[in-house]
Amino acid sequence: MAQELDRLIETPSQTAGPYVHIGCLPSFAGVEGVYPQDLAVTPFAQGAAGEIITITGSVYDGTGTPLCDAVLESWQADAQGLFAGQKGADEKVSGFCRFAADKDSGEFTLRTIKPAAVHGRNKQIFAPHIALWIVARGINIGLQTRIYFEDEDNHADPLLARIEQDHRRATLLAKKVSTGTYRFDIRLQGEGETVFLDL
Amino acid sequence: MREATALLPRRREMHPVAYYPEYKTSAVRSPSLPLLSMESTPSEEHGPCFGHSAIGSLDNNLITNYTQGKALALGERIRVHGQVLDENARAVPDTLIEIWQANAGGRYRHIKDTYFAPLDPNFGGCGRTLTDANGGYEFFTVRPGAYPWPNRANDWRPMHIHFSIFGHAFGQRLISQMYFEGDPLIELCPIVATVRKRSQLERLIAPLDMQNARSMDYLAYKFDIVLRGYRQTKFENKPQGM
Ligand SMILES: [Fe+3]
Repeated sequence: MAQELDRLIETPSQTAGPYVHIGCLPSFAGVEGVYPQDLAVTPFAQGAAGEIITITGSVYDGTGTPLCDAVLESWQADAQGLFAGQKGADEKVSGFCRFAADKDSGEFTLRTIKPAAVHGRNKQIFAPHIALWIVARGINIGLQTRIYFEDEDNHADPLLARIEQDHRRATLLAKKVSTGTYRFDIRLQGEGETVFLDL
Repeated sequence: MREATALLPRRREMHPVAYYPEYKTSAVRSPSLPLLSMESTPSEEHGPCFGHSAIGSLDNNLITNYTQGKALALGERIRVHGQVLDENARAVPDTLIEIWQANAGGRYRHIKDTYFAPLDPNFGGCGRTLTDANGGYEFFTVRPGAYPWPNRANDWRPMHIHFSIFGHAFGQRLISQMYFEGDPLIELCPIVATVRKRSQLERLIAPLDMQNARSMDYLAYKFDIVLRGYRQTKFENKPQGM
């Protein structure tokens, strides 16, 4: 036997379950009056710099049925590529938003500021993207993915470059519907399965 | 503000498996292809920040927060408390914890919950708090009831409280559940069983903590939480308190 490493282990995840809205979006669940309003219903305030965009989509299960109980969280940089709290970041951009799939149609909508490219370590530059985290009943650990934009220059993005298959890379690209409007569908399993991330 | 450094890779074997057919919904909601793994990037290393101004004084008291103190929730009064650390044993201060749970009868206040146990007019079922400078937190609530759910013919969820924790980086984001020491339904639950490693599963079971109970008022349960840590340089790897 060797010495033990003095490291703790992360607490295991458990599914968010069907009633996640009570804790995360109480007014969606019909729980009113505990908090003045739900947390993080918008990722920016009026006057934020940059283009306001709307991204609509659904989360589909392995049978092709949209989830009507998913909760999503988005996290992103501002229109200069800076995250909230970083020096020089746009104070009108919190960068964080929480939203639910519609309880009948399963469609979600994210209205946000289009982010700029982000500079990482070792001179890496990530194309404009929004990090997404998806939880729901039947998802045992939150699923991470990213929204990139088909109308941006993505060819040098270090994450997209690691995806071998072109058609899989395309699962991370939001499709432009019209000026300022995009479609981003997420497929949990099977044909067209979205690339989920571990980083 | 903290300089963004890489997160330690997530030890996926310490987490539940995605596909676990005894938990039937997971069969169609689990990715079948491997995840794309790489070192964390700025998007995972930064995260949203919530200030104390966002939190009300009753927010962590589920016994009173639904009625804003006018009436008390029904059930066995408990205090749930603990500490949030990261994998390097550093306290995680000022981080948002949100909880939600069924009432004492096992019923959620949710438009989709149709179980015939009654709603408690004085209980909403959600609470939130920020950890203190040492990563400590506490909630006052009532013990949630066990409840049946449509899975196998007669599955029951053990008593549990759902936890959502932010950490300081989006890559630390975690949702889990706290179970109660001694509940025989824990061993029968297929959601609990998605965590295949016994030692990890036991970390979700909060022990009764009589030292922190209050006479003639509430029982206490202790639930400590560990979030992902950051990669450290050789000069800063001393765990807190050691
Ligand atoms: Fe539950």
